[in-house]
Amino acid sequence: MEVKILTEHYGKEEFRSLNGYRKFLGYETLAKALKMQPQAIIDEVKASGLRGRGGAGFPTGMKWGFLPKNGETRYLLCNADEGEPGTFKDRMMMERAPHQLIEGMIISAFAIGSPKSYIYVRGEYDFPISCLEQAIKEAYDAGLLGKNIMGSGFDHDMDVYKGAGAYICGEETGMISSLEGKKGQPKLKPPFPAIQGYLKKPTIVNNVETLAAVTYIIRDGASTYKKYGTEKSTGTKLFSLSGNIVKPGNYEVPLGFPIIDLIYKLGGGMHPGRKLKAVIPGGSSAPVLTCAEVEKATLDYECLSGLGTMLGSGAVIVIDDSQCMVDLLGVLTHFYHHESCGQCTPCREGTGWLNKILHSILEGRGRLQDIDLLIKVADNMKGKTICALSDAAALPVLSFVSKFRDEFEFYVREGRSKVKGKSYAEMHH
Amino acid sequence: MFQFSNECREEIRKELGRYETKESAIIRCLYISQRENKGWINSEIILALSKEMNIPESKINEVFKFYTMFNQKPVGKYHIQVCTNISCALNGSRELAEHICGELKLKSGEISSDGRFTVSKVECLGSCGTAPMMQVNDKYFENLTAESAMNILRGMK
Repeated sequence: MEVKILTEHYGKEEFRSLNGYRKFLGYETLAKALKMQPQAIIDEVKASGLRGRGGAGFPTGMKWGFLPKNGETRYLLCNADEGEPGTFKDRMMMERAPHQLIEGMIISAFAIGSPKSYIYVRGEYDFPISCLEQAIKEAYDAGLLGKNIMGSGFDHDMDVYKGAGAYICGEETGMISSLEGKKGQPKLKPPFPAIQGYLKKPTIVNNVETLAAVTYIIRDGASTYKKYGTEKSTGTKLFSLSGNIVKPGNYEVPLGFPIIDLIYKLGGGMHPGRKLKAVIPGGSSAPVLTCAEVEKATLDYECLSGLGTMLGSGAVIVIDDSQCMVDLLGVLTHFYHHESCGQCTPCREGTGWLNKILHSILEGRGRLQDIDLLIKVADNMKGKTICALSDAAALPVLSFVSKFRDEFEFYVREGRSKVKGKSYAEMHH
Repeated sequence: MFQFSNECREEIRKELGRYETKESAIIRCLYISQRENKGWINSEIILALSKEMNIPESKINEVFKFYTMFNQKPVGKYHIQVCTNISCALNGSRELAEHICGELKLKSGEISSDGRFTVSKVECLGSCGTAPMMQVNDKYFENLTAESAMNILRGMK
């Protein structure tokens, strides 16, 4: 069932303000951390096994360990660009508990020796931005940000950076380009941001949930944190449950939690009369799982990667038996085509062709060989570009087509959806 | 010739000093410009902003044209953005968008004859658990039905 560590006090309105947050021991962990050796904090985070909660799942402590061991100015950048379709957990965290993020960030900044951090928030998140700006102001007024924080001698400044609507800015080097006042185009790695990031300075980019979790690792110790989860996927994580489900929402569960329990025990199951057909387990970029696969799937990095998909951002999208997979894939190909930054040819052209071919099928102009053409184009987009968007666009296509091929073939032959019995025009106009 | 109000110029000046480099202020300054020009930006505004920020127009244009939240064409007083990405699509958002367009007698991207509304179909807005949804200017409206969406819009004068 749910294990509420990060979200324990989310139901309380007062938790959003500094005074309310302090009632629940807020900023006490910061006081503890500021008395520790920075390296001891990094070691504790390493020992906790915490992995990045934004999508890639990279071990956080290891990422911090890549920073050069010299006095060069380094930046901490919080990734709050939450754009992976299906994901809405960071938004809730910023709205309900802005100080929880700020405390985690100050502790992390102290650990890595950073004098300045930014929270990069997607531009559409107007309300979360106002919550953060208010909380940062409160923190400055209380001496929790700025010079000599809590008398420790540690100085740290924090600001919110507002994005302007580009999925690609959630990619860490795209985010850095955007923060520098450019198009949000990703940069070739190496050099990795920890070596050369914002303004060519060492930069650590961590997701909202990752940074918030740091506080609890330092508060309770790595060994307590590791009590939850599996050996390689430690701790709890927020899962955004959406789609065809009775009780959509964010649920915090230990990693390793069965998807089926998330859907039926926490999410209230399917709508009356509907059956589970498929689940996208980690945001729109994660390959889809069939109903049969879902039964054995648990929400941890190893299990989902063993099933050929990924935990990603923790967005579990539930699809019921009333849905047409050809139609849904059209939604995704349109998205990736729209969001490709245009920098690398395989992605710029590939996302366009995938979307064109898919829509020609949807509009009844498809040929049977177009189904294999989709696979061929998608295969040619994998591992050939600067960032992972191209792969993210290819994977849904490959999984939808291979697992629901009969629906694609039916659509091509009949010019209408096998499930809905209707053409695209009849479905949507 | 477009000119910024003194208030605006003061806001821009503050943004210019907010980050390590003034280029980082381009996005915020474009938001200020868009707000000042009733929701959209044209080349005349880019030129004025370029002078105000002392940054070449090409650099500002690069940012302006890359991000979807900057409108390159005029929009209605209320810009309705309906998410049509996957979780919303699973909950009828495409039908909702069509319904809104039909009721307002608009096609996606057009401005209503009274200048009040523009409807756009957009990508995921992070409101997947409260689908379907729309953003009107800066505000989210969630868990919509065809009826509740129209009630909200009818209240916007």
